[in-house]
Amino acid sequence: MIESLSLKVKTLFEDIGEQCLFAASFFRNIFRNGFEWNEFIRQCYLIGLKSLNIVLITGFVLGFVLTLQSQPTLKAFGAENYVPNMVSISIIREIGPVVISLICAGKIASGIGAELGSMKVTEQISAMDVSGANPMQYLVVTRILACTFMVPLLVLFADSLSILGGYIGANISGDMTAILYFNKSFESLIFSDFFPAFFKSIAFGFTIGFVGCYKGFKANKGTESVGVAANSAVVAASLWIIVLDAIAVQLTSIFVYS
Amino acid sequence: MEKVIEISNLKKSFNGNEVLKGLNLTVNKGENLVVIGKSGQGKSVTIQCIVGMIEPDEGSVKVLGKEVEELNEVELKDMRGHIGFLFQHAALYDSMTIRENLAFPLKRVLKIKDEAEIEQRSMEALEAVGLADAIDKMPSDLSGGQRKRMGLARTLIVKPEIILYDEPTTGLDTITSKEISHLILDIREKYKASSIIITHDMLCARITADRIVVMNDGKFIAEGTYTELENSEDEFINSFFKI
Repeated sequence: MIESLSLKVKTLFEDIGEQCLFAASFFRNIFRNGFEWNEFIRQCYLIGLKSLNIVLITGFVLGFVLTLQSQPTLKAFGAENYVPNMVSISIIREIGPVVISLICAGKIASGIGAELGSMKVTEQISAMDVSGANPMQYLVVTRILACTFMVPLLVLFADSLSILGGYIGANISGDMTAILYFNKSFESLIFSDFFPAFFKSIAFGFTIGFVGCYKGFKANKGTESVGVAANSAVVAASLWIIVLDAIAVQLTSIFVYS
Repeated sequence: MEKVIEISNLKKSFNGNEVLKGLNLTVNKGENLVVIGKSGQGKSVTIQCIVGMIEPDEGSVKVLGKEVEELNEVELKDMRGHIGFLFQHAALYDSMTIRENLAFPLKRVLKIKDEAEIEQRSMEALEAVGLADAIDKMPSDLSGGQRKRMGLARTLIVKPEIILYDEPTTGLDTITSKEISHLILDIREKYKASSIIITHDMLCARITADRIVVMNDGKFIAEGTYTELENSEDEFINSFFKI
């Protein structure tokens, strides 16, 4: 029992150490000569554009459902005209970045984990390494930076669609003009609502890319490990997003809203 | 005779399991050295130590006169530019076409930017392996033998001085296996490269070997030409040659 516990603790610390080395190698390789621009742009396309549909639909439904759920309660208190304010603040500050990042963790981190895991298992990463090319620079730096760059943009798009979804939701059971709805949505928003959420999305994007790449690179030999890499990438990225969000909310309430 | 690879007293353990137990080996310039042995004896670990993928616990590995362990990251990368490595399953990059697979080491290792030169070298490598018409195919469109040939083309494109073959004929039918073995010989003639060929395929060993070493229990236990070893009285060595 104690032996197995100590082994688990040892494995945990080894894993933390390996993640730190992996992160150090990533940062070192960003600034190395020969940045892979073509691969970076290709990854931005794959990560950003190919995730746009699911992100836009999710964003729209979030705003729509949030409005439908909250409208009757606010109506009971005679505060129906505060629906747009509530929807926009909650979407921009919290729900948008977190939910969209979790969706991206499911789609992107698993994809990267499976792709790199399969490359590891089929010795493609070793082949790059042995040929004198730099797999960290070609595979890891491009994917992590593309995630860091594209996830905040996806969150912004999804937030916009959420507010539109809220407007449509508000007009299903109520009656509010578009001008009034959008005016009320934006009058309650200030820059300090956007920036913490935007920076949080950048951190979430980095996490998604980093975890996906790390899990893929750590895949052991065997096809089973590809599935394990994909699955553990989603679990770890989602957990990190929730933990980082809790930290970000605390920091924001101390430094921005206090 | 000039030595391109010199290994002395090489030792390597994994989780307390000693895989290499003081290995000594030299490969001469232009020579095809075949390594045979049972599975799990450390043959692949040996060639991975040669390219610096695995750090040995003890001993020395000299490649082209340079001690591998003493090389820094840049020097190691530079040394790897002189070595070709054909993986067991060719390890072609799945997401790239054959053209892109071939251009990858040219652009990143040899830093060639001129598209015409890349095209010309790609065609030259493809012609050397007899697959000139497959340049725009994806790796998934190729058969096992074609993948091996393509892997070989990608290895040859940087014109390496040393080629390491990790079981080049595994999983291939006898005819294709024979073709690949003859291709290895042709490549030696054309590129004047020195090679280490790890194989279980005795037909491949017979066709390609100038010299064969037999590995058992983390050490080389015998060395000689195919005929010399075939006539060995040692039962273990002889077992490789019996059908």
